[in-house]
Amino acid sequence: MEPPPHPSPVDSNVVDTQAVDTKAETKRPPAPWRRPLWIAVGVALGLAVLSMVSRDGGGIDLLNALVRFANFVVIPGISYGCQLGLGALGVTLIYAVMRFSDFAHADTMAFGAMGVILATRVLQGMGISAGPLPTALLALPFGILGAVTLALVFDRAVYRFYRRQRAAPVTFVIASIGAMFVTNGLVRLIIGPGDQRFADGDRFIIRVQTFKEMTGLSEGLALRTTHVITLVVAVMVVLGLFVFLNRTPLGKAMRAYADNEDLALLSGINPERVALWTWIIAATLATIAGTLYGLDKSFKPFTYFQLLLPIFASAIVGGIGKPLGAIAGGFVVAFSEIAFTYPYRKILGYLGFETDSLVQLLSTDYKFAVCFIILVVVLIWRPRGIFQGRVI
Amino acid sequence: MDPHPISIYSRLTSALGSGLVALSLCAATTPALTQTDKAVKIGVLLGFTGPIESLIPPMADSADLAFKQVSDSGQFLDGKTIESVRADSTCIDAGAATAAAERLVTSEKVVAILGADCSGVTIAVANNVAVPKGIALISPSATSPALSTIDDDGLFFRTSPSDARQGKVLAQVIKERGYDTIAITYTKNDYGKGLSESLQAGFEALGGTVAISTAHEDGKGDYTAEVAELAEAGSDLLVVLGYADQGGIGIVRAALDTGAFEIFGLGDAMYSPTVLDSIKADGNDLTGSFGTVPGNEGEGVDAFQEIVTPVGLDGQGPFTGESYDAAALMALAMQRGGEATSEAIAANMIAVANAPGEKILPGQLDKALKILAAGGEVDYVGVTNVELVGPGEAAGSYREYEVQGDEFKTVRFR
Repeated sequence: MEPPPHPSPVDSNVVDTQAVDTKAETKRPPAPWRRPLWIAVGVALGLAVLSMVSRDGGGIDLLNALVRFANFVVIPGISYGCQLGLGALGVTLIYAVMRFSDFAHADTMAFGAMGVILATRVLQGMGISAGPLPTALLALPFGILGAVTLALVFDRAVYRFYRRQRAAPVTFVIASIGAMFVTNGLVRLIIGPGDQRFADGDRFIIRVQTFKEMTGLSEGLALRTTHVITLVVAVMVVLGLFVFLNRTPLGKAMRAYADNEDLALLSGINPERVALWTWIIAATLATIAGTLYGLDKSFKPFTYFQLLLPIFASAIVGGIGKPLGAIAGGFVVAFSEIAFTYPYRKILGYLGFETDSLVQLLSTDYKFAVCFIILVVVLIWRPRGIFQGRVI
Repeated sequence: MDPHPISIYSRLTSALGSGLVALSLCAATTPALTQTDKAVKIGVLLGFTGPIESLIPPMADSADLAFKQVSDSGQFLDGKTIESVRADSTCIDAGAATAAAERLVTSEKVVAILGADCSGVTIAVANNVAVPKGIALISPSATSPALSTIDDDGLFFRTSPSDARQGKVLAQVIKERGYDTIAITYTKNDYGKGLSESLQAGFEALGGTVAISTAHEDGKGDYTAEVAELAEAGSDLLVVLGYADQGGIGIVRAALDTGAFEIFGLGDAMYSPTVLDSIKADGNDLTGSFGTVPGNEGEGVDAFQEIVTPVGLDGQGPFTGESYDAAALMALAMQRGGEATSEAIAANMIAVANAPGEKILPGQLDKALKILAAGGEVDYVGVTNVELVGPGEAAGSYREYEVQGDEFKTVRFR
């Protein structure tokens, strides 16, 4: 569980990426083989597409297959991936700076989203809305304020004590489990254990029926407002975070503190200030992730509690301590969960492979199992994740 | 002894819990404390929290209404009153329901229990508490066919019909509406499994095909994957045998969003206004979807409406009539047996529910009590036209409903 003495936990674009490249170089096929390999793959794919399109109505069938795939796999996968990625970003940040896995993070997401819901209700009551966009976007600052307050209270009341004791990471982890239960209880106490729907504004950008009429295809595609909002907000937040970590003095201080605590302290970085800002950023990320998830799906305290596993899987797959890894990990986990449990029967039917079986790798009951499998596989064969984060 | 942190925690919570219970008891039973010898305690074990929490309050209030009428009549066992003690069955957590029932019996000393609501917890309570302790258990809403065959020592009754029958009725409704191939998704518990099996058997017996039948887990945020699976099988209709507050509505929402299905067949637990409201809030439309729910028409329903309207209760809600009937039957059975015990309930339940005797409608409980006190016989008709058959369960009639705009319209009774 102990991290190695001098790892580089936060992604410092310049130095680290090169290091990763040279390491990764050794595992890929030797350079002269790469181009023919890609050409061969390209030709094979081209031939496959050609043979399908040349059948009767093949072009339309191929489009239908693509639309169906987009409707049930790609679009849900992208928005779920963004939500997981934002969640994992917070976990990874806390791990990098505070050096422990924050089990309370999923519940912080619920707490933040709860604040947003309550503020949304107030705004709606005052007749304020964001037009076609959900009112929740306006309420976001209030939710963030709530979650940040909660995180800082926990930091002052619990984590600071252990930080001064220089307690082992496992002590922090156990303390965070305590924080998880407290947060969990608070959320249920304040807003109740039930389902909350707070999405308003226009629900759809493209409806299935409209899409069918527009294109004349037999498969429809639904694009919900929340899908687009999730993607746009996630991209903005991630860009903002990267600029912060790489360009601002405070971001650099955080990375330095994450890299080597002793050296950072010697060079005059105030650890309390770093901790303060880490919690503020992590709680902000958690609230945004929680709100996007709640808008897109639905808010229920227990569902958020269950998000903990995929979020940790994402952070670890990406390489814990690596912000870029958290995003990549989020997409890997989201797409694996969906793609492994999706039945491909109709899509294959469109492509000319009629079959009676559902062509489903795993039943949807095993969604969680996919997370576990990914975790086990990664921890055995690539313990530092895609982006070579820390070993935990 | 080294106090383990967890045991401290559980001790703390149990101490806190019993403190709270004591407090709430003080609040709830102040009038009864002065007349302890006159009050007969009956447990009301329903899912006040959990997947059907929105259905429960009217059910519990209906039961309390019957108890109140019995108490107010002054005829019950020479002027005794009934005091109900509520406990949470959670609908899904068998452990919690068993503990709650245990508490009702051992610390509250209830005479009998009205409940539980969902089939799984009802089976658990029957096996772990009611039968071993000899407590009569009368459920207003547990409908699993499995409850017809449990080893209950004659202590378990229900005023709701077994799903073995609902499955058949629903199959008939679907077939008559011209569907030949259906997909079924059911909530993963005894209720969902029992109902889906009887629906599948019934539908296949009518010559239909069930393309796929899968369970769905409650409490997920998103059901797109489940809907994709159901849509792949290729069928015209999706039958959702789930809960209105849980996976059931999640499935309907995801299916409408992705355009996988437009018309749904719905089980009784989906008959809730919240379904219509939230689907409408999504900008979708459920018009044309249909289903079945235990229910009937006639004098009983009208009489029930008359007594619930003044007290501001919704008598149309699912299982409210069954709850009232269960409560009334418990009181009448005790009256016929002449004592407030579970044995009296178990021995006299069928006699008061079925012919022969004077027909009793809701609101006429004082009359029934008087007849029984004089040694006469009653045939309790109640709200739902109760007729206990087989091992003490309602024969049951069903209402076929259809969604039109934003309300459930009754098509007919079967």
